[in-house]
Amino acid sequence: MTGAQALIESLKRAGVEHIFGYAGATICSTVDALASAPEIGYTLVRTEQNAGHMASGYYRVTGKVGVCMVTSGPGATNLITGIATAYMDSIPMVAITGQVPSNLLGRDIFQEVDITGAVAPFSKHSYLVKNADDIPRIVAEAFHIASTGRPGPVLIDLPSDIQQQELTCEYSYPEQVSLRSYKPSVRGNELQVKRVIGAIEQAQQPVICAGGGVFLADAQQELTEFAERTRIPVVTTMMGLSLMPSAHPLNMGMIGAFGSQAANEALTNADLLIMVGCRVADRAILSPSTLQERTTIVHIDVDPAEIGKNMAAEIPVVGDVKVILQQLLERAQNGSQTEWLTGLQELRYQVRHREFPSTPSYVFPGHLLRQLSRKLQYNAAVVADVGQNQIWACRHLQLEGPRFLTSGGLGTMGYALPAAIGVKVAQPNRQTVVICGDGSFQMSFNELAAVRAANMDIKIILIQNNYLGLVRQIQDTPAYPAGPFGVALDGSPDFAAIAAAYGIPSRVLSEDRDVDSALDEMLNTPGSFLLICMVDPKATTND
Amino acid sequence: MRQTISVLVENQAGVLNRITGLFSRRAFNIESLAVGVTDDPAISRITIIVDSGNSVVEQVSKQLNKLIEVIKVRTLEEDRLIGRELVLIKVNATAKTRPDIMTICELMGAKVADISPTSLTLELSDTPDRIDTFESMLRPFSIQEVARTGVIALQKGSGKI
Repeated sequence: MTGAQALIESLKRAGVEHIFGYAGATICSTVDALASAPEIGYTLVRTEQNAGHMASGYYRVTGKVGVCMVTSGPGATNLITGIATAYMDSIPMVAITGQVPSNLLGRDIFQEVDITGAVAPFSKHSYLVKNADDIPRIVAEAFHIASTGRPGPVLIDLPSDIQQQELTCEYSYPEQVSLRSYKPSVRGNELQVKRVIGAIEQAQQPVICAGGGVFLADAQQELTEFAERTRIPVVTTMMGLSLMPSAHPLNMGMIGAFGSQAANEALTNADLLIMVGCRVADRAILSPSTLQERTTIVHIDVDPAEIGKNMAAEIPVVGDVKVILQQLLERAQNGSQTEWLTGLQELRYQVRHREFPSTPSYVFPGHLLRQLSRKLQYNAAVVADVGQNQIWACRHLQLEGPRFLTSGGLGTMGYALPAAIGVKVAQPNRQTVVICGDGSFQMSFNELAAVRAANMDIKIILIQNNYLGLVRQIQDTPAYPAGPFGVALDGSPDFAAIAAAYGIPSRVLSEDRDVDSALDEMLNTPGSFLLICMVDPKATTND
Repeated sequence: MRQTISVLVENQAGVLNRITGLFSRRAFNIESLAVGVTDDPAISRITIIVDSGNSVVEQVSKQLNKLIEVIKVRTLEEDRLIGRELVLIKVNATAKTRPDIMTICELMGAKVADISPTSLTLELSDTPDRIDTFESMLRPFSIQEVARTGVIALQKGSGKI
């Protein structure tokens, strides 16, 4: 058995059913071994970065570690943004990169790059394989590390000669992985759990802030049960959107610079803040120092380094969010409707039912997205890109069942379409909608080839304003006296013609009154569809 | 505040790179760093001295703990540690100045590692403070070269990390 065959065999043992990749000279032996493994599906991406995003989308709807595989040098460096995007959102992933032959490492030969060195700051771990015999152990460790504790991407760099090397021992895949230096906490300290319960009993105006860590721990149910039992209002970070239905009476929406008024009010006036599976990111919590002075802070997270990093926590609880919520549920008393909660609910209602203005020749983003929410299937997946489109999606989508995905941490433009492809590969029957801008779409529309190759059914809402709208909005402030510069998307193609070139039907939408019929047409047309929505270039994230 | 962090790691290629990367990423300067294997050849001990506040050191320790190859991290309390450093100093020495230099060596407990007609190479293992003193006493004789190992440290008493 060769190293390449051992790798593919190990991936099978790890339960891998699909790989997103791009072949090249130094990974050919492994690709060759993959060709003889029909159990593992393969998607050829059009640029390596998107293999990372696809693996990310694949994980986020299945809970199964996504795998990408690319060649050395530029293949590996192109994948870097995919790896960093996954790292910032704690998405488990195993990235396999080909490498030049091990005896030539460090000589700057054709397509050589030190990829383990390059990804060190934003990968959970990495391996440079030096002996084919180590492959089964390394693969088992990589999946274990990627998927446990705080999840994250792990890279395996595989020199081409190691792929060709015959194993000197009999192949055996480890049943269990045990690393003396890696033992993530699972149960929360019982004393700390009691302190949390005590703090809840003391609090007049408590609030729960839930983040992406709740999804990662698969603890949505526990979160909802905990909130419902205690009657504590819930706000979420961007990564925590769709943890609870938008219309849930305890859900106050998203916090932060682009968040909902009710959520930010809740955060500002809380006397107890229970952070669950979220980090204190700058876009979400604008001034951690004033918050920590005023509020008792409980921070529940699997990663002890996240607690106290950006904001001091009075009661830290380290462990698996799902297990800790269960521990809390064992002790939590029934809460009641308070004035505090009623006040927030009233505010939330006003915001959710606000009336939108209408401008001729344009679609109002809030109106479009609200109408879209009403027409989505219960278990749809909605993938938003980065830019104004992301903020509008966060503010206006009313998600009663669907799963919302986006690149919250790194804010990687072009994430949406490849992530949606990852969703579709995993769950071909799940309704999948992409929301992107004309800037972000142009960063990854080459993946329409992957959509077409697999005859996928992805509905793409392209919000077109001919600008990099969010940057323009930033430049339109006194801090930048020159005003908008370098943000007009001149030279953009006819997007309908682009879609047609890939055999995908489309429609241009430019009036609010046509929103309903256009959405119906999009959702009822079999296969993929591109809905091009003309939005006023002057529209801001407040719209 | 100067703090001493003792780290036990798997003795593997690339570990040091990951560790120093954590510091450089946060723009912290490492004042001193010493690495060597322990009694278990699979484990190395890294002693890092940083000049930073408590919260910074706490965050760095947590980040160090997250590295897969890091087995243990401990910030050693200043008054509860034994810290030693080795220095080699090459100083100009003629027949005339040699006796004065030797007096300093005797007082400080330094040894002569090498001698030539125009120089002496001295070695001293001691606390960083006393090594600083030794170096400053030799400066008037014109120092040619200095090599310091960086501090290694263990806790006092029978406790271990």
